Amino acid sequence: MLSLLLAEAPALPLDEAGKYVAGAYVVFVVLLVVYVAIMASKLARIERDLREVAAIAEERKAEQEEQEEVSA
Amino acid sequence: MYGKGLKPLSIATVALLAAGLSLVFFYAPLDADQGFVQKIFYLHVPLAITALVGFIVGGLFAIAHLRSGNSKWDAYSYVSIHISVIFGVAVLLTGAIWAKASWGHWWVWDEPTLVSFLIVFLLYCTYYPFRYAIEDRERQARYASVFAVTAGAFVPLNFMAVRMAQSLVHPRVFATTNGGLPGSMMFTFLVCLAAMACLWLTLVKFELSAKSASGQVKRLRRALDAPSRRPTSRIAPEVS
Repeated sequence: MLSLLLAEAPALPLDEAGKYVAGAYVVFVVLLVVYVAIMASKLARIERDLREVAAIAEERKAEQEEQEEVSA
Repeated sequence: MYGKGLKPLSIATVALLAAGLSLVFFYAPLDADQGFVQKIFYLHVPLAITALVGFIVGGLFAIAHLRSGNSKWDAYSYVSIHISVIFGVAVLLTGAIWAKASWGHWWVWDEPTLVSFLIVFLLYCTYYPFRYAIEDRERQARYASVFAVTAGAFVPLNFMAVRMAQSLVHPRVFATTNGGLPGSMMFTFLVCLAAMACLWLTLVKFELSAKSASGQVKRLRRALDAPSRRPTSRIAPEVS
């Protein structure tokens, strides 16, 4: 079957081959962009988490200062 | 810590990718047999080599984890395999496009190189459910390392088996006699290979940095006794 395939598949002309070559490179770029988009959403989540943690820490600090003032 | 050197590495990756693409389309000559379609070779083969080497590297990190018990190596192993699986998807897709252009078929089942890569890819796809099936983090890391070592050893064995099969369709372009790559093509190929290796390394470091940042936030939450309301990943190892 493989030898038959080779015999019946000569080099494609440039206008036909171009779309396949472009397709392969576009697939690669699209995969890369999808990966970067997923990573961007992950980083956005980390940023959101960090903001939440910072807010909790500030809240705790304010509570502690309030308690210290009351005890003083 | 994991982000150290990420900026110069990213710049080097972009520069190498740009140089590689320029060489592919403006320097490398057209292949006498396949014509313009052969340009896919400079994308497909470096991706495949990088993915396979990445799987082996994942196995080596897993050995380091089993020897030391340090969870850092498990994270390295996990991320190496993760990025290599993504590269594997690109290999299968670009390979199918090349096959369609060259042979008129998207997939040929009696071609050992194609089928063996698919087997390796599917083997590594089972890595995720395998990790997910184990709840205890320590056991999960240990078993995943054993998997990574075993599968990593399978990769070169598989490669050698295919080389010994001596297919007629998948050309052996790195032969030194009769049909080896000419100098300009080999140079272009090596630049593309270096670009893909750099891209792999950049993505691994990028992923590790993100995991490390996420791990630090979790540590902060634990220190503040403020657990997250969002569910956390059970598969990905925690990087501190």
